[in-house]
Order: sequence, then structure tokens, then C-alpha cells
Amino acid sequence: MSEREEGAVTGGHASPADGGAEGPGVDAPLVEAPADAVAGEVVLRLTDVVKTFPGVRALDGVQLEVRAGEVHCLLGQNGAGKSTLIKVLSGVHRPDSGQVEWRGQPVTFPNPQAAMRAGIATIYQELDLVEDLSVAENAFLGHEPRRFGFVRRGHMARRTRQILGRLGHAEIPPNRMVRSLPAAGKQVVSMARALSHEARLIIMDEPSAVLAHDEVGNLFRIIRELTAQGIAVIYISHRLEEIREIGDRVTVLKDGRTTAANLPARDTPTRDLVSRMTGRTIEYVFPERAAAAEPAGADLLEVRGLTRSGEFADVSLRVRAGEIVGIAGLVGSGRSELLETIYGARRAEAGTVRMGGRVLRPGSVGAAVRAGMGMAPEERKSQALLLGEPIYRNVTLATFARYARAGFTDAGRERAEADRIADSLELRPRDVRRPVRTLSGGNQQKVVVGRWLLGDTKLLLLDEPTRGVDVGARAELYQVIRSLAEQGVGVLLVSSEVPEVLGLADRVLVMREGRVVREAPAGELDENTVLDLVMAGSLMEGAAA
Amino acid sequence: MSEVTETPAAERAAKLPAQSPPVDPAETAAAGHAATGRLSWWRGDGGEGARRNLGLIGVLVALIVIGIVTRPDLYGDSSWVWSNFLTILKLASVVGVVTVGMTFVIIGGGIDLSVGAIVALAGVWATTVATQSYGAGGMIFCALTVGLGVGLVNGLLISYGRLVPFIATLAMLVAARGLAAEISNKQTQVSDNNTINSIASTNLLGIPLLVYILAAVVIAGWVLLNRTTFGRRTVAVGGNPEAARLAGINVKRHTLLLYALSGLCCGIAAIMLTAQATSAQAAMANLYELDAIAAAIIGGTLLSGGRGTIIGSLLGVIIFSTITNLFAINGLSTEAQNMVKGGIIVAAVLVQQVHFRSLTQFLSRNRLTTT
Repeated sequence: MSEREEGAVTGGHASPADGGAEGPGVDAPLVEAPADAVAGEVVLRLTDVVKTFPGVRALDGVQLEVRAGEVHCLLGQNGAGKSTLIKVLSGVHRPDSGQVEWRGQPVTFPNPQAAMRAGIATIYQELDLVEDLSVAENAFLGHEPRRFGFVRRGHMARRTRQILGRLGHAEIPPNRMVRSLPAAGKQVVSMARALSHEARLIIMDEPSAVLAHDEVGNLFRIIRELTAQGIAVIYISHRLEEIREIGDRVTVLKDGRTTAANLPARDTPTRDLVSRMTGRTIEYVFPERAAAAEPAGADLLEVRGLTRSGEFADVSLRVRAGEIVGIAGLVGSGRSELLETIYGARRAEAGTVRMGGRVLRPGSVGAAVRAGMGMAPEERKSQALLLGEPIYRNVTLATFARYARAGFTDAGRERAEADRIADSLELRPRDVRRPVRTLSGGNQQKVVVGRWLLGDTKLLLLDEPTRGVDVGARAELYQVIRSLAEQGVGVLLVSSEVPEVLGLADRVLVMREGRVVREAPAGELDENTVLDLVMAGSLMEGAAA
Repeated sequence: MSEVTETPAAERAAKLPAQSPPVDPAETAAAGHAATGRLSWWRGDGGEGARRNLGLIGVLVALIVIGIVTRPDLYGDSSWVWSNFLTILKLASVVGVVTVGMTFVIIGGGIDLSVGAIVALAGVWATTVATQSYGAGGMIFCALTVGLGVGLVNGLLISYGRLVPFIATLAMLVAARGLAAEISNKQTQVSDNNTINSIASTNLLGIPLLVYILAAVVIAGWVLLNRTTFGRRTVAVGGNPEAARLAGINVKRHTLLLYALSGLCCGIAAIMLTAQATSAQAAMANLYELDAIAAAIIGGTLLSGGRGTIIGSLLGVIIFSTITNLFAINGLSTEAQNMVKGGIIVAAVLVQQVHFRSLTQFLSRNRLTTT
């Protein structure tokens, strides 16, 4: 894609309707776009779709209506249920209740192949291409044209070329290895795969996230060509500017529910969109803040000029003993990477991390733990837990060596310590010999946090501590975090839920695109201000308009 | 947290554990969980592992029953039964020692294909004329050092050189046998040391010394896996390396130690095998890696790491040597024997998969009720 010189397509608001007759001469069956795309027939209708996972209601009554030839934008914060919704539509998950109507028929897709056959293609953020196969092989992966069991390579290459032409990228050679293509080119191949299935609906999950700014224009041009051919697109993005430019209608999700459906993408005021995204449907129960929170003790953690190229740059921050510092930011703002770098799980390229005045060895988790840091990482299951092992062994994972005598572990002592933690965190079920696998998300998180309550943790790094945690357990976790701070533990908290950061933290840092754009006491910020900062300048423009 | 400022009003805070590391033993006992602590000595391998081991014992009993049915004449003689039992254990002893090391490596998420080659190299090195001139002590020291050293090289390549364990140890397999052939000049080196040779022929209290060595290694391995921080790290590193790393465990160093341990076990096995043959050569201990891996797998060690038991591995080795023995007393070919072994490996893994799947189904059903 980058090889191709493309004019600034980004500019004019080419209405999808304009492109009705524009379909390139291709033998694939084209659906004539109706005069007014938004008035096209309804291809997809979701009614009251519910999907629950252990401990969390990921979808809690979703309504969605998508018409042929439109770009329907899905808007929502992290954890609002967008990913689950995509997975329901693409046949990865089956809804617990509610109806999915596809082209007039109620359907349930038993697997992704069924959804694909029915004409729903999904382009995930992390493109699911086979890097060492050619463009054509990827486009027709799993349904290669065959004769007598042999792949008709020539035929496949020809059809791939046609599809690429239809996408306006005839310059990509079908026999080129996908590995050698730039990110934008790979995205085109993903779309070619969708078209090779005669997709009638293409779901794009943050397609612009992997693209450079000028490549986004190209993406939009392709989307317009697709919609002009009558294909419906569900477009997911955090960037409001893109939604304004490419979208026809917007549906907003919040906590697994549709809070607004079919808003006009261009004319709905930004304030409306933002309040629908953030309007509180979850009651956040924050514990009372101890009155007169004195500015606590000395600096515990001091980070200066920390940098990792492509992730974050020149970040400085400090956390005092007994202080809760919150970092607000979206996925991709560099917040999780920052936390992991402070912890030594990633090696800083520049800058220093000091604990109690002493510089920590970069890239060494051991050094950080010895200095009194503990971390509850973003992905509980893959980064923090031994799922098949008993609860107590997970609680003592960072401390079992302390209880050991001459290298011999003390199982009785470990269980006693874990029991103490289980009591204080109100762990359910209470039996610490059960495997961690059997716990709900909230209780698993308590195990991870509880791990650092043993030993002498001075600073706790929490990355999305309440993701996938139900409301009750949330309140309990907040209580635990607050009382830790009252005991003098410093807490550095990352969350994409702005109310959580504001309600829990004493001081807030807002991160965007790898930089701290604002630092202030939590009392001086409100949700909308933070969201404006988090969602880049586009929102400010929108708000001004 | 050396000093904790108590907030007097905060009742809830008091419920949180004190942050001070030294916990008074009396306080621990007062917590009332001392009783559960005492159970831990025999619960070591875990309930699920114990159940799997019962299955293996069932297989063993079945094999013995087949033996009784096919050769009732032999099994009628009680002195033969005892000596045959010792024969089986002796047969299992060398591979058994190697399997203990292999079990650690596999639980830790790796694989060691070079064990047979390490045994051969250590055996050959220990029986060179120069080494033999230092006597039995020198020969044992040489074998153990060579085993440990080669294991360390494996570990360095894998943990710090970031080679895939399969590739690193495959390369070592080839290289170590090559070096063994070079040192021995492709000749069989006879051991003239009577102390070494007597290791294989000595009986204590009517039981061969080799069986005592196997028992010692198995017991040491069991204690190491179930009772020490080393064992806990092994399970953590194999079960979820990222979680282990983020909990402050030095995953690389531990991986290195696991391969060193495997190498050390090979050194011990080299002495045992050399004593049995009263010689060493580059082709000795051929395909031991496959026997050891197969024994660990049918013993219930998860090839992807994080789960496994020493007792299971021991039972795996004994099952294999019982099959060999069963074919020998019936005068059947080793070819048929290998086919049966292959079948047993497949059957054991299939049985475990079914067992595991039903277990996960059970857990996922129950998970909904525990939230």
C-alpha cells in the first residue's frame, strides 16, 4: 500500500452513496448499492443479546442494527463488551440469550467457519495471517479453489488479483510472501480474504491502530469502495475523528449494554457520545478516604525520564509512601508498558527508576521485588497465576522461599499465611487447597493482590485490577487498596476506567500516546476532562464545535 | 515494611495482614491451621497425582498376572519370584536414575534429548587409562563432573543463549557422542577397577547395590521436588514462566540448574552402567533419552510442563522393565516387545487425556457455582 502514491483521499466527505456505480469490473457478484446507503435493507439485527462469563456479564442486553452499505461504528470504553460482541458475531462465542438475525433469519453460528460461510468476516486487530504463505494463499486460506484435490494456483492467483483490484490495490503481487508486506498491506490481504468469502458484512476491530496516519486515508477509501458495493461494515475505533469521517451511524456500548443506537455519526455532539460511553451504569463504591490525608512520607518511587521507543517517552513520576497514584489512559497509550518497565519486566532504554533513593538495575524483576515492589499484571491468567496449583501456592509464589528453612519449604506455614490473606480479603471459596482455576475472576484477582500482602511490599503496581471483576468484588478490592495505602504502602494504579482512577487515586497522571499529558490531584479533575485528554485533541475540537 | 503506622480508627485495616516478614511461630500455630500442616508429609504428590499412580500400579499388577498366566511354572517357585523381582529393579535402575533428572527438566517446561549421549561421554571419560589411574574415587568424580558440566552447557545454551531445548539438546546428543567416540578412539574401554565393577555385583542384605542407588536418587528427587524451594520453582517455571518471572523468580537461572541436575543424574547413571558392563564405549546408553521421556510421560508428567511426579516416573520405568522381563521369560523377540511398549505409551497418554478432559469439564461446571 505504501508503494502506491495516493492522493489525499482523506479530505472530501465522499458519501457512500456517491460510489454506487463505481464497482470495478470484476466477475464477483456485486450487490448494487441502494441510492441512500443508510436506508439500505437491514442485514443484521441483534436483540437483547446476553453473554456471561464466570463472574462477569460481558454482554447485558445489546441491541444493534446494521444496514447494507453502511459503516456502522461501535463506540465504547475498554471492557464495554465490544470484543465479546465481535466474538458473538463471528461465531467464536454463542450468546446465552437474545436473538441474532442475519439477513432476516435468526441464526446462531456454532463456529467461526459458519459465520464466514454466512458472509460475516472479521478483521482482528492482530491480523490473523500466516506470515510465510503468499498473499493469494492467505486470501483463500481454508477454501482454496481445487480440482482433483490439487490447488488451482493459477486460478487462485487470478481471483486474488481481481479482489485486490476491487480493493484498489492491484499493485500487490498475489505470490508475494505476506511477511514482506507492511502493516497496511497485510490489512489489505485480510480484507481480500473477507471478500474471497463473498462477505456481506465486514467487522473491523480498530483497523487504524496498526496504520500510520497517511495510510488511514487509504483504508477509508477502501471502506468506501466496499460500502459502495453494498457491503456493510462494523467499524470499531477509539478515535472519534475517524468515526466522524467514515461512519454513517453509531451505536454506543457501556458495561455490556447498548446505551445509544443509530446516532448519526457526523452530527451527534461529542458531549453526547462521551456521556453515553461513560454514563455510570455501574455503581462504583469507593471507600471513604481517611480525612486529612497528610502528604505522607518521603518519596518511595521516583521515575525519571523513562523511555522505551514506540511505547512511551520521557516519563517522570513519583509515588510517596501511603499515596495512591492513578494513571489514566487507553490501551496503546503506553501505560501497561510503563508499569512493566518500572517493575523491571521490560528493560528501559533511557531513564532511571529509584526506590527509596536507590537506583534499580534496569530489566531485573528480582531487583524490583527485593526493593519492595510487587505487581498485579494486566493479564491475570497468563501473567500471574498457576491455574492448576492450589490457592495457597499461588498466594505464596513470591514469598515461599522466605518461609523455607535451608531450602525446605514449610507447607504448613504457607497455608497458614495464605489462610490469613484469605480471611482478610474475604476469599470465596475459603479452602486454600483448591486449585486457583476454580475461582471467579474477582477472587483470582484477590489471590494476585494477596500475594504481595505477604512479605514486605512497599509499593504495589496494579494494572487494571478490576478487569473482569464483578461489582461486589470490585468494592472489596477498592477497600483493600485503600487500606493498604493507609498502612503506608504506595500504590501505582493503571486503569482504563476513568471513574476508578478518580475515585481511588490521590493524584492522577493522564497518558496519551506514550506521554504524560497532565498531572493533577484527583480532586482537581473530573471525568470529562480526563476523557477529553485521553481521547486526543479530536474531542476538544468536537466539543468546541 | 519495617515500620507500619497503625491507623487507630481503621478497623478494616487491622484485618489486613501485618506487613512485617517475621511471623511469630506461636501466632502461626494459634491461627489453628497446624493440623492441616501436619498432613502435608504424606500428601506430597497431591491427590490427583496419587490417583494416577494407582492406575500405574494397576497396569503393573496386570503385567504380573500375565506373567503368572503365561509361566505358571516359574511363578510357582517363590525364590525365583524374588530374584526375578530384583532383576526387574536392577534392569530399571540405570534408566530410573536418568528419568528422575528428565522428570525435573520436563516439569520445568523443557526436554533433554542428550541424556543417553551424556551417559556415554561420562562413562568413556571415566574409563580412560588416565582417569582410571586415579582409582575409583577419581573415576566417580570424573563421571559426575562430566555429566554436570555437559548439563550446564545445555542449560546455558537454553536459558541464556535462548535456544529451543529440543534443538540445543539434540545438538548436544550428536556432539557428546562424537566426543565420546573421539576420546575412546571408537574402542570399548575395559574398566580394570574392581571397586567400580563391584558396584554392579555387590548385594547388601540380599538386594543389589544398584537398586539402593536408584532408591536413593528417587528419594532425593522426591524430596527435592515436593519439599524444597527448588521443586516449587520448577513447577512454577514450567507451569507459567511469565507468572514465575513476575513473582520475582529467576527463571533463567532455574532453567540452567534443571539441565545441570539432569546432567548430574546422567553422571551417576554412567558409573552404574560402566560397572554393569565392566567397560564403557561411545555407543552405550543408546536411546536412553527415549526410554526416560516415555517413562516420565506414562508416569503422568505433562510434556508442556508444570505437572509431574517422581513416583509416577519411577512406576513408568518399572513398567517398562517388567515388560522387557515378561518377554524375556516367555522367550519372545525384542521387536514384539518394542511394539507393545509403543502401544503402552499411546494408551497411557490417551487415558490421561480422557481423565484430564473430564476433570476440566467437571471444574468448568463447578466454576459457575463458585462465583
